[in-house]
Amino acid sequence: MDTFLQNCLTGISIGSIYALIAIGYTMVYGILRLINFAHGDIFMMAGYFMIICMTDLLIPWYYSVIIVIVATIILGVVIERVAYKPLRDAPRMSIMISAIGVSYLLENLATYIFSAQPKSYPYDKMGFLSQRVTLGNISTTLVTFITPVLTIVLVLALVVLVRKTKIGMAMRAVSRDFETSQLMGVRINAVISFTFVIGSGLAALGSILYFIPRSSVYPLAGSLPGLKCFVAAVFGGIGSIPGALVGGFLIGLSETFVKGSATLSQYSDVITFILLIIVLLVKPTGLFGEKIKEKV
Amino acid sequence: MTKKAKKMSSVAALFVLAAIIICVGELTPQSSSQWSNLRTVLQLGTIYALLAVSMNLCNGFTGLFSLGQAGFMTLGAYTYAILTIPVASRAGVYYLYGVAGWLSNVVLPIPVALLVAGLMAALLAALIGAPVLKLKSDYLAIATLGFAEVVRIVIASSPLNRVTNGSLGLTKIPGFGSYYGIFIVSIVCIAIIVLLINSSYGRAFKAIRDDEIAAEAMGINLARHKQMSFVISSFFAGIGGALMAMYMGAVSSTTFTIAVTYFILLIVVIGGMGSVTGSIISSLLVIAAREWWLRPLDQTQYIGTFRVPLLKAGFRMVVFSVILMIVVLFFRRGIMGDKEFNWDSIAKLFKKRGKKPKTPTVGGDAQ
Amino acid sequence: MSDEIIVLHVENVTMQFGGVVAVNNLSMDVPEGKITALIGPNGAGKTTAFNCITGVYEPTNGLVEFLGEPMVRNHPAGKMKKQYLGENGDKYADLKAISPTPDVITKLGIARTFQNIRLWKSMTVYDNVLTAKHMRAHQNVFSATFRISAAEEKRMRDETDALLEEQGLMKYKHDLATSLPYGLQRRLEIARALATQPKLLLLDEPAAGMNPQETQELAEFIVQTRDKYGLTVFLIEHHMDLVMKISDYIYVIDFGSEIAEGVPSEVQNNQRVIDAYLGVVDDE
Repeated sequence: MDTFLQNCLTGISIGSIYALIAIGYTMVYGILRLINFAHGDIFMMAGYFMIICMTDLLIPWYYSVIIVIVATIILGVVIERVAYKPLRDAPRMSIMISAIGVSYLLENLATYIFSAQPKSYPYDKMGFLSQRVTLGNISTTLVTFITPVLTIVLVLALVVLVRKTKIGMAMRAVSRDFETSQLMGVRINAVISFTFVIGSGLAALGSILYFIPRSSVYPLAGSLPGLKCFVAAVFGGIGSIPGALVGGFLIGLSETFVKGSATLSQYSDVITFILLIIVLLVKPTGLFGEKIKEKV
Repeated sequence: MTKKAKKMSSVAALFVLAAIIICVGELTPQSSSQWSNLRTVLQLGTIYALLAVSMNLCNGFTGLFSLGQAGFMTLGAYTYAILTIPVASRAGVYYLYGVAGWLSNVVLPIPVALLVAGLMAALLAALIGAPVLKLKSDYLAIATLGFAEVVRIVIASSPLNRVTNGSLGLTKIPGFGSYYGIFIVSIVCIAIIVLLINSSYGRAFKAIRDDEIAAEAMGINLARHKQMSFVISSFFAGIGGALMAMYMGAVSSTTFTIAVTYFILLIVVIGGMGSVTGSIISSLLVIAAREWWLRPLDQTQYIGTFRVPLLKAGFRMVVFSVILMIVVLFFRRGIMGDKEFNWDSIAKLFKKRGKKPKTPTVGGDAQ
Repeated sequence: MSDEIIVLHVENVTMQFGGVVAVNNLSMDVPEGKITALIGPNGAGKTTAFNCITGVYEPTNGLVEFLGEPMVRNHPAGKMKKQYLGENGDKYADLKAISPTPDVITKLGIARTFQNIRLWKSMTVYDNVLTAKHMRAHQNVFSATFRISAAEEKRMRDETDALLEEQGLMKYKHDLATSLPYGLQRRLEIARALATQPKLLLLDEPAAGMNPQETQELAEFIVQTRDKYGLTVFLIEHHMDLVMKISDYIYVIDFGSEIAEGVPSEVQNNQRVIDAYLGVVDDE
């Protein structure tokens, strides 16, 4: 029973991190109908930014976190302006290819700047986060415990933002009907940039929480998590933020439990992908997604 | 240009290309490092040409955005390796797990092994094709990407240790023994793909790409033809993977990552989606750039005692990625767009340069 | 009409999307060799009905027979059974549902065009027609690739040349399909449909986007084509002049239901039809 609860907690925790990144995918897809292949690599770059701040520049963690989030946001917005904006009127495949190109560029850039060897993440400097916390018979690190709480708070804030604010309404309008929103005077560029700001900011946060328990970052570190987070977004319903949260939890839990099993542990990623295929075939709109009707 | 002149020009051009390959093969010393670049570029470039053309068949000509190439390459490479590693070497290669009993003495001749490699990849494509190809293009991309990762993970998983050597990968993979083997296989495969594209089925694929609703209304069964394109494309991706294994002599589950699929896709985009000649030209150019022309960017260079900034290991790939982005953003149609190389365009180029307009004569634009 | 062959028999076709009944129990007969039309104001459900016949949609209920054989058939099932708002819901309930994809329907001998001309943009005029021949060719992917069925390829090419010649498109043979003027593109689309050797030609608003002169030329072209190839023609249209000029029989639909049918002169003077098109002033 204890192992079960332990796994649940770990699963929800890693699931929350996946949710934070999945939100980036789901929001961008909702507005631009683009799978941002580069999102996982932005997450990876955030990891490197943290290393630069804390290990190379010796900035204390509370400032570093802020700098990393800001830097990642800038990276995300710049990528959108340079690589996606010019292709807004181009066929869908072109912008997807551009996203792939950006992903490729970021991975090569990271390899060039930081070398392909894994660099160690300064988790020890944030030692207090690795403190162990005990609840009954379960013991875990503080960060594992904080993560889901933080994530749920952020998601709630985001949902409020989307439902109650003007910019949120603009975002919903754009994701419903891009062209008409433009005609109605919605400032498309601002809305899109804002979407990337939120997505990248959350990815940066997810990156910090992700890499703390892992000891290192390497250039391809964003590739597989990025893919898994996209699975989470599809699971919950692409375009839905609460869906991304639920999807993230589901993927995190399934992964943790599979990893816990002796026979299947090496197949944890395989199972994640098989779940993706099943969802795409059975209910492509995911748990909370909306059906988009195509007119013949 | 008359048909006869075009045919003669094409034959002449092919002779020139063959001559180049033969000259490089015969005249350049094998161990010389100066010429090894050229040998590498030609061999590796030709393998990537096959991979690019096979991806173009599915993505460019049929309009199916599949990102599963690396998975099919892995399957093809492993199949080839398992069936051709010399029996004597097997104990050494499988030193940790030992070879599976039924496998230990099975060896196939290289051409047969290549064929089986392609067939294995095609089989996987046939199995996943039916459900996956119904998905919308973005989801198809992710689904195929996912399948490729599944292949990579499963092939190195422990139950298969005695067949695939698990995470250790396979070495001592034999090649043709001759410099020309890879060229012959690639060229034959590309030729088959070209024949397919120029056939009735090729036209059906293009119709599906241009407007699948109209294609269906004109009697083209979408599911069947999409699967056909996907399976055939994967067959040749499997052979391409096998050729890579042959070229490198070793393969592991981390050889063909998602980045390799992206790389091939970008080659196709640079050459022009929907152009075979574009893919071939692009492969050779891109490989030449990556393996040869841009190499100096990876070495620290000095001007006198001044160390040139930026130049160190890995810069080559960054420059390369930036060039790719420039093409993707500003030259979206690539080098050839969706046109093939034809002599009429070349002839037009010459006519434009102010020469007297030539009346068509038998024998064409002879000097 | 008793000894006429009914090429297309549409019976109680109903299409319901969620809570909206787009087509309600439409029944029509399309006799051989004649030009039959389905007209109605915008949004009446013409294209939906068309799509039910051509396999693009699966009708919620109803039967379509082609040359006497059932081709499309369905009845409300599952969730739809409770939501069904139309009539005759049990009529086909005991019969097996038949739901062919559009390519199967084309192979049976029904070819169609599209309201917004769907030519294959990257292909030439010649290739657009040639590709439509693919369906009936006796070949498989191996025989085609390795040129074993070269005779079939030659036959397809000869037939394409003949068709282009007959349609007056030969001189545009090597031009990109989209480089043609609009009227000729429509003609090309019809030629492409003819390449599938249909018995029944379905035209979806063929005069869409045409000026009066082009419409006139199109009208003549449709009649000539019908005569030359011994076809039966069924068209849906919004342009009254085209329909009245060439149709032998007209069905009128509004809000998904049939409101009138008859020969052109009858329909023209039918008050319900006039009201549907012009709208009625509500007397409060």
